[in-house]
Amino acid sequence: MSSPESRTLRYVDALREAFEQEMERDSTVFLFGLDVDDHLGIQGSTKGLLERFGPERVFTTPLSEDAMTGVAIGAAMAGRRPVHVHIRMDFMLLCMNQLVNIAAKAHYMWGGQVRVPLVVRSMVGKSWGQGAQHSQGLHALFAHIPGLKVVAPSNAHDAKGCMIAAIRDDNPVIFMEHRLLYNTEADVPVAPCEVPFGKARLCTRGDDITIVGVSNMVQEAIRAAELLAEAGVRAEVVDPISIVPLDIATIVRSARRTRRLLVVDNGWTMCGVSAEIAARVAEETEGVRIRRMGFAPTTCPTSPWLEADFYPNPATIAETAWAMARPDAPAWRPDPERARLAWQVQFKGPF
Amino acid sequence: MSEETVRLYRSLKRIRRVEEVTAEIYPSDKIKSPVHLAIGQEQVSVAVCDVLGPRDWVGGSYRSHAMHLAKGGSLPGLIAEMYGKETGCCRGKGGSMHVIDVAAGVMGSSAVVGTQIPMATGYALAAKMAGDGSVVAVFFGDGATEEGCFYESLNFAALHRLPILYVCENNGYAIHEPLSKRRARPEGICGAAEALGVPATRIDDGCVFAIRSAAETAVRTMRTGGGPALIEAVVYRWRQHVGPNEDYDQGYRGHDEAQPWKERDQVARLAGMLDPATREAVDAGIEAEIEAAVAFAESSPVPAAEELYADVFA
Repeated sequence: MSSPESRTLRYVDALREAFEQEMERDSTVFLFGLDVDDHLGIQGSTKGLLERFGPERVFTTPLSEDAMTGVAIGAAMAGRRPVHVHIRMDFMLLCMNQLVNIAAKAHYMWGGQVRVPLVVRSMVGKSWGQGAQHSQGLHALFAHIPGLKVVAPSNAHDAKGCMIAAIRDDNPVIFMEHRLLYNTEADVPVAPCEVPFGKARLCTRGDDITIVGVSNMVQEAIRAAELLAEAGVRAEVVDPISIVPLDIATIVRSARRTRRLLVVDNGWTMCGVSAEIAARVAEETEGVRIRRMGFAPTTCPTSPWLEADFYPNPATIAETAWAMARPDAPAWRPDPERARLAWQVQFKGPF
Repeated sequence: MSEETVRLYRSLKRIRRVEEVTAEIYPSDKIKSPVHLAIGQEQVSVAVCDVLGPRDWVGGSYRSHAMHLAKGGSLPGLIAEMYGKETGCCRGKGGSMHVIDVAAGVMGSSAVVGTQIPMATGYALAAKMAGDGSVVAVFFGDGATEEGCFYESLNFAALHRLPILYVCENNGYAIHEPLSKRRARPEGICGAAEALGVPATRIDDGCVFAIRSAAETAVRTMRTGGGPALIEAVVYRWRQHVGPNEDYDQGYRGHDEAQPWKERDQVARLAGMLDPATREAVDAGIEAEIEAAVAFAESSPVPAAEELYADVFA
């Protein structure tokens, strides 16, 4: 991803740069949601935009997620390009009526006469006591509904490119950000750039097993792949980037070659994105061994000791992948200390 | 007999006849769409739309034939939509509950109670951002004032002084449930709006001129940055909540309740204010227009099979 016109940037700063560049380019883009204009600016992702673009285009809202979503939809249909911000994905459950019944269906049920160029961004929390109502990855709920696009960039480069693509898209786009990715760095182009939806990326190459990660699970899977490589198993990590549209062809191609598919989602497995990917691969291939990992089938607890077992991590991903790739070998698990990711260890609360 | 009276009569009578004809066609099963008729309460749409211009927007609920027609939405497009034909205003994908005519300033109507209220508020936000002096009127029933998004929208509109007229068509029933079973203070709709900073006016006799006058005042104020307003127009729905028939034999209401409203029917009232020759000319024009629209719908092609998947995404 390196080029002379790029530099290392944090995920959160890449998002901010996307807003700045798009708001500069297109005066119909505006950004609203609780806290977007305060001194913290959504962890910094909206900082300075109020000063640059004024309160007409960067403003907070009453705590009225339902109506504010409807307002965003109406403004979008009337020719504006709103970016609606939620500091937690859990709060988007208050917007479901508007998103599912109006945003997703408007273009279709009104005969193609209106468009809804709306971006809804939300953060998924993890660790430091986020618990039951601040940690949910609800992308599968949205992906279920025809008419909504769903993206989950896993790195700073894609955060910028996907956000610019989302703002320019004429459809409602659900933009899932993971809080623990905000401080991760990647090489990000200086100029405005688009990461197209529906085109998966191969993050590592390997012939022994395909591991599909979603959102932050891409980073966890990459670490798992590094540890697996040391043990002699070569994993191909695939980042779908967007859930809708889903580049199933790239996943199927990889799985046909490796004969093994492990899907690691940042959400529950029951009726989840991992279930969809597994089903599609099963339908389109013969003889591929498939397994899924995701949130434990329970509610996310706050105690760190309990929470540790709620999520997949590089150690459990590597252990599972090993068992699939080396079914006749003894069970193997990497050293848990080496499986820890720096960006998780460094994170301290409060949010 | 003023020009205004003729204009209002034409609009009232046209809507009344379109809906009567819809009800007549309905038993034939050519219209396979749930119809929520506005017969008896047409005057609200007629009065409000009479003070709006072509660049202004209106939004409404599943009961929006009157609004659509009063704002200048296509009549052939409406009938063809109810027929499920390719030439319908939604190309056969919306039906009676989802009318739209962007060119005429009719935003799509919505069939989940109250959802049109924040959506229209968003149009008003866009109008304010554009600064072009256009306004939005959104129509909803008394039931919608019980939805959370009603209060959330009014608060936001008042806060940002948005150019939007909230029009509550209070016909006293949410399907079959009277307001008295749903609100501790059935007269409290205007008070709730006022408490949020939205000036409110209640018109309780269904008079088309009174509604028009209130709308005219409110719209004039909001065109110059005066912010939102609410009109509560008390009216009466003559037919079923959904369907072409009367339902006074069902037990939840009786003819005695409807009678005073039928006696002050605004269509008959304004008809009586016109000289017979003018009235006959207006009526004849309406009948010819409806006949042509129905013929258009009847003869239009059905949607091609590939339309099923068209326009899921823009």
